Amino acid sequence: MGPLPERITIQMSNALSHLSPEKIAEIELHSKKAHRSKRWHDFLEMVGNHSILIALSVIFFMPLYLVIVISLMNKGQAETRSIWPSPFMWSNYVEVFTLVPFLKWTLNTLFVSVMGTIGVVVSSVPPAYVLSRLQWKGRNTTFIIILGTMMLPGQVTMIPVYIIFSKLHWIPSFLPLIVPTFFSSAFSIFLLRQFFTSIPDEISDAARIDGCSEFKLMMRIVVPLAKPAIAAIALFAFLGSWNDFFGPLLYLVENEDLWTLGIGLNAFQGIHHVQTNMLMTASALFMAPVIIIFFFSQKVFIEGVTLTGVKG
Amino acid sequence: MQLTNVMASFSPRKRGEGALAPARRKLKVPYIFIFLCMSPWLFGILFFTAYPMVTSFYQAFTKFNLIDKPEWVGLENFNRMLFEDTDFWLSLKNTVWLAAISIPLRIAFAMFTAWVLTKPKRGSSIYRTIFFLPSMVPAVAASMVFTYIFNPAYGPINRGLEAVGVNEPPFWFMDPKWSKWGLIILGLWGIGDTMIIYLAGLLDVPKSLYEAASIEGASPWQSFRFITLPMMTPVIFFSFVTGVIGSFQYFTQAYVASGQVNDYSHAMYFYATHIYFTAFRAYEMGYASALAWVLLVITLICTLIILKTQKRWVHYPNGSLFK
Repeated sequence: MGPLPERITIQMSNALSHLSPEKIAEIELHSKKAHRSKRWHDFLEMVGNHSILIALSVIFFMPLYLVIVISLMNKGQAETRSIWPSPFMWSNYVEVFTLVPFLKWTLNTLFVSVMGTIGVVVSSVPPAYVLSRLQWKGRNTTFIIILGTMMLPGQVTMIPVYIIFSKLHWIPSFLPLIVPTFFSSAFSIFLLRQFFTSIPDEISDAARIDGCSEFKLMMRIVVPLAKPAIAAIALFAFLGSWNDFFGPLLYLVENEDLWTLGIGLNAFQGIHHVQTNMLMTASALFMAPVIIIFFFSQKVFIEGVTLTGVKG
Repeated sequence: MQLTNVMASFSPRKRGEGALAPARRKLKVPYIFIFLCMSPWLFGILFFTAYPMVTSFYQAFTKFNLIDKPEWVGLENFNRMLFEDTDFWLSLKNTVWLAAISIPLRIAFAMFTAWVLTKPKRGSSIYRTIFFLPSMVPAVAASMVFTYIFNPAYGPINRGLEAVGVNEPPFWFMDPKWSKWGLIILGLWGIGDTMIIYLAGLLDVPKSLYEAASIEGASPWQSFRFITLPMMTPVIFFSFVTGVIGSFQYFTQAYVASGQVNDYSHAMYFYATHIYFTAFRAYEMGYASALAWVLLVITLICTLIILKTQKRWVHYPNGSLFK
């Protein structure tokens, strides 16, 4: 082991010995030049990449910027072409609550979203658990059916489901939006299953030998280990309800007291004829929770999307 | 001697086949537990999928207004769809047009944004956040904002276009020729979630392939064409399938935007919109069910065609998902 590096050095010095000192200096200069031009090239590439990225960022961010800026303008200025509020109308954010029942819409949306999230989490963890952690007959068939229902267009079941709810006299009410979430979501089962499968079987085996019941095993061992995945489905479920428009359009429109932000915002113009600045104020408030949630949970989101290839 | 046997049975090498496997086999399958756990899904699929599908299939052959009993009319609904209902053809045409333009554009744009994100050595996470953010925005709010941005009188898009010398910029949502482009741009703005999948795909391509290619003297375009693109085909395939399914359910953005601008020429009238108006404005539940089933058949055929072609162009490094 020892003599090897020494030998190599000797060989190298032998190889260089027939070169004149000028030649060696020239080689060194060349390699320095090459090094410098590589650094120059890398620098140019970095500048190029970042300018493309900055340009794209401006495009992606511009609509959000406009919402904020216009939401702070007065009515007259919002319908000009200016892109900076003068004067700043912070009062818009107070006025919007008196102009339309904004607080009520927010609370309705929040209620539907929170209940929907609870429903999805509570009803999707157990199926995902038995689909990934236990061996049983028909397991794969069941999983394929679940994947199939994910692809099924909602329009095919929409009308009979609407009729069921109308026969139960649940229209208009929050029930048609909340109750189905307690019957599992195929997407959430799929996401959780992907994650549960990655937890080593040895953990369960050890607990089973110690006499742990399956239910305890699920609640005490697997669920705590799968917190990131559960957080991801909870987030997707919450956002799904918060951003939902079609469900509330079917089931809530008839009763103004039940309107959610989506429905309310869409009807905004009908209630008070075009007030662009107020419309943007309301939009900004509608988006704000989603964006705040995103900043606090970016990692969970991106892992969730990557794990399944889809968003809720 | 005995001690070593005991030790050996606990050694990790033997764990699988030796000591623990019989114990695992002895455990009974807890079928009651499995049934209880699956029951939310099971009842869900019975009440909210299986029963409605059967009912809606039956209703597709009836005249049904939600109040009176469904009246059997045979193939009348399908006859009406094909030969009488001009709105059906209009909505189908609009939907196919939107899908044909927006799916390839979305794939290309998602690929491009993801690809530029893999480039910088530092700071890519801040760009990723900015690119992803719009996909979080509620569809209603996004559509509102875009009808403002595209407003011909005071919207910033036309202001920008005029600034760069476009004399008569389009009226966007107010012009039937341009309104669908407005929706396409709105869709591209919310590309973030698709982009993340592409980004994950790009980061999965082994670096050694690019190194080998650069040693062989491949140009950047060649390494994109012969390494990146083949390795990304599963992701492209996936977004193609979900894109087709999604186009036929495209509703909220078009509904909100057309409500904002009074879409008199029905340029933003899509298939899902047609089903909604037939069912919940005209209360023609039977005919709407027929429309929904045609939608299902069209999506199924499209998906099957894409599945059939995948052998020719989709490259699975670790074996196919659908064998």
